[in-house]
Amino acid sequence: MARNRINQDEDLEEQFDMGQLMRLASYVGPFKKQLITAIVIMTIASALSMLQPIFMKNVMDTITETNFQHSYSQAEAIRRIIFNSVLMMAVSFICAFITRFKIRLTANVGQGVIYNLRRELFVHLQELPFSYYDDKPHGKIQVRVVNYVNNLSDLLSNGIVNTITDMFSLVFILIFMLYLNVRFTLICLCGLPILTAIVLFVKSRQHKAWQIQSNKQSNLNAYIAESVNGIRVTQSFVREGKNTEVFNELNLDARNAWMNAVKYNFILSPVIENITVITTSIIYVLGISWLMHGDTVITVGLLTAFVGYVSRFWSPITTLSNFYNSLLTAISYLERIFESIDAPVNVHDKEGAVEMPEVKGEVEFRDVCFSYDDGVRILNHVSFRVKEGESYAIVGPTGAGKSTIVNLISRFYNVDSGQILIDHTDISDVTIHSLRTQMGVMMQDSFIFSGTIMDNIRYGNDEATDEDVIRAAKTVCAHEFIMTLEDGYQTQVNERGSRLSAGQRQLISFARAVLADPKILILDEATSAIDTETEILLQKGLQEMLKGRTSFIIAHRLSTIKNASCIMYVDHGQILEKGSHDQLMQNHEGEYYKLYQSQYDFLK
Amino acid sequence: MNRFWIMSVFAYRQGRQSESSVQQDLVKTTIMNLLCRFFDVTDGRVLVDGVDVRDMDLHQLRDGIGLAMQDVFLFSDTIEGNIAYGDPDCSFEKVEWAAKMADADGFIREMEDGYDTVVGERGIGLSGGQKQRISLARAILKEPSIIILDDTTSAVDMETETLIQHDLKKLNGETVFIIAHRISSIKDADQILVIEDGKITEHGTHDELIAQDGYYRRVFQHQYGEFDQMVKNGKNGKKEGN
Repeated sequence: MARNRINQDEDLEEQFDMGQLMRLASYVGPFKKQLITAIVIMTIASALSMLQPIFMKNVMDTITETNFQHSYSQAEAIRRIIFNSVLMMAVSFICAFITRFKIRLTANVGQGVIYNLRRELFVHLQELPFSYYDDKPHGKIQVRVVNYVNNLSDLLSNGIVNTITDMFSLVFILIFMLYLNVRFTLICLCGLPILTAIVLFVKSRQHKAWQIQSNKQSNLNAYIAESVNGIRVTQSFVREGKNTEVFNELNLDARNAWMNAVKYNFILSPVIENITVITTSIIYVLGISWLMHGDTVITVGLLTAFVGYVSRFWSPITTLSNFYNSLLTAISYLERIFESIDAPVNVHDKEGAVEMPEVKGEVEFRDVCFSYDDGVRILNHVSFRVKEGESYAIVGPTGAGKSTIVNLISRFYNVDSGQILIDHTDISDVTIHSLRTQMGVMMQDSFIFSGTIMDNIRYGNDEATDEDVIRAAKTVCAHEFIMTLEDGYQTQVNERGSRLSAGQRQLISFARAVLADPKILILDEATSAIDTETEILLQKGLQEMLKGRTSFIIAHRLSTIKNASCIMYVDHGQILEKGSHDQLMQNHEGEYYKLYQSQYDFLK
Repeated sequence: MNRFWIMSVFAYRQGRQSESSVQQDLVKTTIMNLLCRFFDVTDGRVLVDGVDVRDMDLHQLRDGIGLAMQDVFLFSDTIEGNIAYGDPDCSFEKVEWAAKMADADGFIREMEDGYDTVVGERGIGLSGGQKQRISLARAILKEPSIIILDDTTSAVDMETETLIQHDLKKLNGETVFIIAHRISSIKDADQILVIEDGKITEHGTHDELIAQDGYYRRVFQHQYGEFDQMVKNGKNGKKEGN
């Protein structure tokens, strides 16, 4: 997959896929009980409310019959009117109570589904390979977990229950309508084919429009996230003006896409409104003329009741069409969410993978070849063996494959061919978790989490006491600078650690590694940002830290690596030279010798 | 006191290289932040061409400064777009020139899509040294009158660094500030400032500082201590070799 830029839309799925919805339904599964309860009580409520026009009819008929035909005595009529009115009130009251209960139930279901969906997404995101993150701006990933999932909230909480109860109400209404008058019912149903035609016409356009909208929103979000992260660069390069232009464009795109998409959502309800009005008027006109011409079946009460049903008939249809609208909207978000959940995890535990036993520290590369997704070979038949407790330094020009070698040991990627063995066990045969917990990796940019310095060091080992943390910090000479900070170990730092210098961040990550007490340590250019004075101090700590552990050190300052048990010179994915510092320095034609000398070139 | 050291950092005439090797690297980065006016001084003044930076137009000030920072931040855009960040409308030739100056042209051309290769946010997919060189090219492209290299070559191997140093010397008329830990990065500066505990404790040229018994000399000895011995032992060997 090609890397994605901010202003580049991600690929769209062309088809409206019912499969996505079925899949969403499976998330609703665990809440079946609550959902069914909600549907049952709502069905009862809607059935009860169906009786309202009947009560109305009774009242009207009582009045007309008493006035014109004198069928009831005055007292009898009043009794009937009061009786019907009380029933109407009781039904309204029960309905209101049920609705309130339903809202609580459905909100619970909706948020529950979202909670699960978001958790699944996050757990999966954590397992995805680096390449997934390399390929797209992080803002585009965030927007899926936050905004898209939120957008499903309404659909899930109210949508499902309303739709099902509305379908029941439709059936009830039809029954009542047919019971009251067949002719009027048929007139009322004339509107349906028109509505169906419009729905079908709008469907594919609306889906497409919402897909575009979700893409534009994602682009906008990615740009905001990146701008926040890169604010220092932006300000020092005085790009605010240009960036505002870019932002305006993305913002405008998002607005236009929204306006374009939402217009489809607004087509349906006016159409339904019109159909309701038209059918109602037709029924009035026909009903009154039939009444005038002495139709025996039709009464004023019947007419009133029926018109009541007509509006009740179209209102669930409006809800259904709204549901359909939000479904189309939601599907364009669902596609993205499921795409992330389905993204393959390249590096995963083999079937029957076992726990890595406690590592002693022997590491062997056997004829390892490796290339990233682009197919360019980074490592070419690399073999070497590191004994327990040895420290191996890897040197070579930038881009030679040094970092790749150490990344493979932690199994951040799988090898193309060959094997990597730790204590004679192929690392692809053990669980990733048990492997990585026994390794300490320190990289060029050490990541600091927002929290206190204490928390950041303890990240390596949750169970460590404060004393352990301080001891670890002392080992790597971080204690002194931490104590100069205002709140010492309780100083709050943030994600990018902007209150700390690169060297200080590095020291914290060292302390973190010491606390984790791994048997294999990897230092990937971890000392390049540390000043020399600190490095001199650190080197004592480093010796302490390396004692009894196998270590791999990548560094440009050769003073850092001179004491390594073995130094490998790597270039073009192969080990060109290997040996101790003294051995390598013997070969005056060798690459290491040249590299070492080049340090002093400038002094001549 | 405060006033003295802040002013002295910036009292160098245009067209000379000033560099600082610093113990507390937070302090030196702070100095650069003050120069770019990401923060304002609490006391004293920072002068550029004799004008207090607080009296200058902020955008104009920053436009005249090319900053390559310790943490390299790249945008999810093409390499060309990243280098041309400070001047999006510039010609491709200029981008290429800046890349060459930062010794980045070579590895960029080796990539699949060359300058059109899209790099991930934070430059994922590039090695540390490659990212630094792109950020250096980005600073050079602006052709600023002041260039600040804040630990920009720490992840670059020695040979590449020598090449970059060589190219930087070709820049004429710019004032260059280099913040670095390696003596090799700063040795040729017109002025080297050693900052300890928020104060300038030593300043002078490489030779002057080596002659003093101070921090600079200690660092030098740590990094190149054995060089003296090598010179003693090696000189004869070398001569024979030649």
